Amino acid sequence: MSGHSYDAENYWKANLRLIFGSLIIWGLCSYGFAILLRPMLAGIEVGGTDLGFWFAQQGSILTFIVLIFFYAWRMNKIDEQFGVHEE
Amino acid sequence: MSQFAINLLFVGGSFLLYIGIAIWAKAGSTSDFYVAGGGVHPVTNGMAIGADWMSAASFISMAGLIAAGGYANSTFLMGWTGGYVLLAMLLAPYLRKFGKFTVPEFIGDRYYSPNARLVAVICLIVASVTYVIGQMAGAGVAFSRFLEVEATNGLIIAAVVVFIYAVLGGMKGITYTQVAQYCVLIVAYTIPAVFISLQLTGNPIPGLGMFSTHTESGMPLLAKLNQVVTDLGFREYTADVDNKLNMVLFTLSLMIGTAGLPHVIIRFFTVPKVADARWSGGWALVFIALLYLTAPAVASMARLNLMTTIYPEGTAAQPIEYDQRPGWIAHLGRDRSDHLRGQEQRRPYPAV
Repeated sequence: MSGHSYDAENYWKANLRLIFGSLIIWGLCSYGFAILLRPMLAGIEVGGTDLGFWFAQQGSILTFIVLIFFYAWRMNKIDEQFGVHEE
Repeated sequence: MSQFAINLLFVGGSFLLYIGIAIWAKAGSTSDFYVAGGGVHPVTNGMAIGADWMSAASFISMAGLIAAGGYANSTFLMGWTGGYVLLAMLLAPYLRKFGKFTVPEFIGDRYYSPNARLVAVICLIVASVTYVIGQMAGAGVAFSRFLEVEATNGLIIAAVVVFIYAVLGGMKGITYTQVAQYCVLIVAYTIPAVFISLQLTGNPIPGLGMFSTHTESGMPLLAKLNQVVTDLGFREYTADVDNKLNMVLFTLSLMIGTAGLPHVIIRFFTVPKVADARWSGGWALVFIALLYLTAPAVASMARLNLMTTIYPEGTAAQPIEYDQRPGWIAHLGRDRSDHLRGQEQRRPYPAV
């Protein structure tokens, strides 16, 4: 059996697409909503302060958790699809 | 029972537990010693990573940093958790896939160069030693309080205990010891936070409590806090920063640093499959987030509590008399002056 019996190129493409998509959300929730875009979200009130503050101290962390689980689930699926998962 | 006896009982009890676990999970092979035989469940691994991560900085000082700096110090919250996203997507699965014990082995094989491997070893040692210096200083401080000894002796006691269970159990022993440590740490951290939150806002979940209504004033807690600190001439707690670029770069450097820590990376070698390495990144962040979602609540509530303790009649009235200050503030002052006097006063045992 050769090392490249699966479609290595498309596997890598799917891998990169997933990572880029996830990292865009990662950056948007931390550097975006919590820091750079905070003035734009100042109108949205959350418990005595604004949405940007909530993202900085709670929301970003919650998003990171969801992101890692989504990535793990999706990537393990892609592994199976291309037949490179471990039994 | 005196406070010291209670301390001894609990600290000694947890040491015995850790050493007991190390003996129970004794390493029997090279693979056991370095990567716990590669058979750790992702949830267990996540908890062990959580205990690895909730060290001196997160556990002892982070809430204080946020209390002092308010919004500006959210960098620590985002930085020290956001790094796990990078770790879980860009590093951990690939290193696990490679199937060696350590990162330098990966670097050496990947670049076909023993020199590259040597450079990786040197980087690893520099990063680890720098990290350990901070951790051991923290352990020294914590132990000197519990056991009422000097910080240096506290540090030595901590080092000896860790050495015993690390050598006995290897990575396998450490993994299960850290699961026990995680449980002890998170219970110790969240119980007071839950009760502070209940008392101030009536909400038992601190992370929600900090965005709820302050029971006493009827205002949102953070609005009340902003009002109190600005009355006293401080910046608003939730005030935005002037230099956004600075905050972005600071957060980014904390994230990259988090993703690169050797003692966290090696944990991803201890699970059976690449798929498990991916899952354990998520579990690690869940367990870490229990502390990181609570810390900002502890910070804002402690800041409010500090201000209302010193100004019980409101910020327009006089603060409390210096002699009337509560015990814990008086205690802080005494410890500080002891420290300035060179610690001669803090030797509870007669010299032998």
